[in-house]
Amino acid sequence: MHLRADSSKCCGCRACQVACSLANFGENNPKKARLAIHPHFPDPGVFEVRTCTQCGTCAEVCPVDAIPVDKKGVYDIDPEKCIACMACVEACPEGVIFVHPDREAPFKCIRCGQCVAHCGMSVLWIE
Amino acid sequence: MLYGYGGNILRIDLTSGSVSTEPTDPKIAEKFLGGRGFGIYFLFTELPRGADPMGPDNLLIISPGPLSGTLVPGAGKLDITCKSPLTGGYAGANVGGLLTAEIKYAGYDSIILKGKAPKPVYIFVDNDKVEIRDASDLWGKGSLETEKILKDRLGEEFQIATIGPGGENGVKFACITHDFGRQAGRGGVGAVMGSKNVKAIAVRGNKSIPVADVQAFRKAARAMYKACKDSSGLQVWQRYGTAGVTTWSNEIGAFPTRNFSSGQLEGYENLSGEVMREKIVITDKGCFGCPSPCGKWSHVKKHGVRVEGPEYESTALLGGDCALTDIQDVAYANYLADDLGLDSISAGNVIAFAMECYERGILTDKDTGGIRLTFGNAEAVFAMLKKIAYREGIGAILAEGVKHASGVFGKGSEAFAIQAKGMEFSGYESHNAPSMLLSYMTCDVGAHHNRSWAITYDIQTGRDAVTPDKAARVIYLQHVRPLFDALGACRLQWVELGLDLNLYVPTIAALTGLDRSWDDLLKISERIWNLTRLFWFREVPGFGRAWDMPPARFYKEPVVSGPTKGKVMALEDVERLLDMYYEQRGWDANGWPTPQKLEELGLSEFAAAV
Repeated sequence: MHLRADSSKCCGCRACQVACSLANFGENNPKKARLAIHPHFPDPGVFEVRTCTQCGTCAEVCPVDAIPVDKKGVYDIDPEKCIACMACVEACPEGVIFVHPDREAPFKCIRCGQCVAHCGMSVLWIE
Repeated sequence: MLYGYGGNILRIDLTSGSVSTEPTDPKIAEKFLGGRGFGIYFLFTELPRGADPMGPDNLLIISPGPLSGTLVPGAGKLDITCKSPLTGGYAGANVGGLLTAEIKYAGYDSIILKGKAPKPVYIFVDNDKVEIRDASDLWGKGSLETEKILKDRLGEEFQIATIGPGGENGVKFACITHDFGRQAGRGGVGAVMGSKNVKAIAVRGNKSIPVADVQAFRKAARAMYKACKDSSGLQVWQRYGTAGVTTWSNEIGAFPTRNFSSGQLEGYENLSGEVMREKIVITDKGCFGCPSPCGKWSHVKKHGVRVEGPEYESTALLGGDCALTDIQDVAYANYLADDLGLDSISAGNVIAFAMECYERGILTDKDTGGIRLTFGNAEAVFAMLKKIAYREGIGAILAEGVKHASGVFGKGSEAFAIQAKGMEFSGYESHNAPSMLLSYMTCDVGAHHNRSWAITYDIQTGRDAVTPDKAARVIYLQHVRPLFDALGACRLQWVELGLDLNLYVPTIAALTGLDRSWDDLLKISERIWNLTRLFWFREVPGFGRAWDMPPARFYKEPVVSGPTKGKVMALEDVERLLDMYYEQRGWDANGWPTPQKLEELGLSEFAAAV
């Protein structure tokens, strides 16, 4: 079970990203969100949403085992253990492990569902 | 800590090349909120009286509001204020998209440009790093191409505003374009940017907007999104956006047709939201935080272009007013206006005016350079847009706006130059809609609908009635709607989805940490409105009642066809409407705010400067 997206419905508004940063960092800042929106304009004129599939590639490549998986199959980065080598960022097939200058450790989707609750276009769901 | 704000004012003097920042003054934030409130505050207090709008002394003030970039539905509105080269008074234009949020993340509440760069430049803002960069290679290019080049050069994350040839050439209704098709359209803000030799502004920020009470804010914001998602109007609005209004507008006889001589265009069915959706729309495109995007990204196969829109207003003026009935032609005209950097509303209105002049024989083939400027001629519209942007031939006169053009053409054309205060009317034919006509007459930038969209009130309460409640409704709307422009958010969730205004109160309180009622906020909006009025009196010699009057067409020439055929208002009714409006506003018979009203609003010190 993971966060899924139908990119064809996305209007690029980024409410999902602000909801994400507020829920997970207590900060209003989509630059600290854990899902990605890539606009492709003017041609072809579509948005591309990228979400974490909880595939575990990040955990596999982590040299210090700082990305444990919980009972529900959700991977999360332990900032205490993380050595900020960025191996997971580079390895992620979806490009959804993020960095921000405020934070030493990268961060990723923990399937909290806050983005789903705030999307007006019904782009996102968990399945 | 100033919660809800970027925290700084960024000043750029293009003449000297100096850049400075100062903390946002909490007292100004409390008194004027942000967005257009900051715009008029800085314009009023810092613009030298009588400054030439196209000269280096004019200011271009770019301001998000406290809600911009936060978790509030439609928190994507940016205000751009300056002295208007079109009207000589106040210009406050509003643009959606993502730029307003990005400016906040970079840490700014206003970016104030003054002076004039010695050569073409663009402004580069990456958080605290601000540079004035050479744009010689971009000058002359279209708005859309310029944005694409800068995105490719700087990165997708940068949010960019540009001008096109219209702004470079000082077209008095040139716009500023952002996000490949969103415009700060009205009043010539693009001409002012061009007069400063600024081709573009590119901004990136990654800072957090401080929130006073995060948990309360999340809860209040979530309630707003839930209400939007539960709205019965959501689905239709998402599908058609503002284009959904086209059919209704024609059915009630409010669609500007043939230079506002009629309110219904024969063949309007071909311009409807349904036809547009089916034929050209490929993607819904929202502003920041928007659950109900009216932006529609379209692929216009007939003309081989992609364009955002057309919005209802563009369809109304480039379509109805010029009598075009093919949505693909309207969309292409919209594309040209966007890339050339022209306000599609004023441009459509000006071309329709020239078409009427041509059909009446006031303009001839010699004047038009051989263009058959007849209503319904799409090729003529395309050609005129280019002539205006490059000021070629008759385009040089039309580029000054319809008021100026009618002065040059004469022969009674002033009566059908559809403008107020020198600004062209937007998309509602108002012969038989007293509160909508009053909205246009008294709008603080000239004849624009967004301060008060009162036509539904006319429909509800009787279209012939000239009664005090109509003035009251206009004043109410002129406080609510511009309040959104001060907050930096969109009003359409309220207007179109019925989002309860009371839901904004706890959200704003949790964000800013200031406990204010909706009435407290409306009082700020009234303060902004009155300060804007004072600005007109200060800057425009002889300003007063005559500037609030509509062109004679609305009280002398009955509607020629459609559902409102034969309707016209009596001049005394127009005057009566204005009297009621002034009285209820606490203004005198010439439209001056009374000393009591100014004192009540805390504006006495500003009035002393007038």
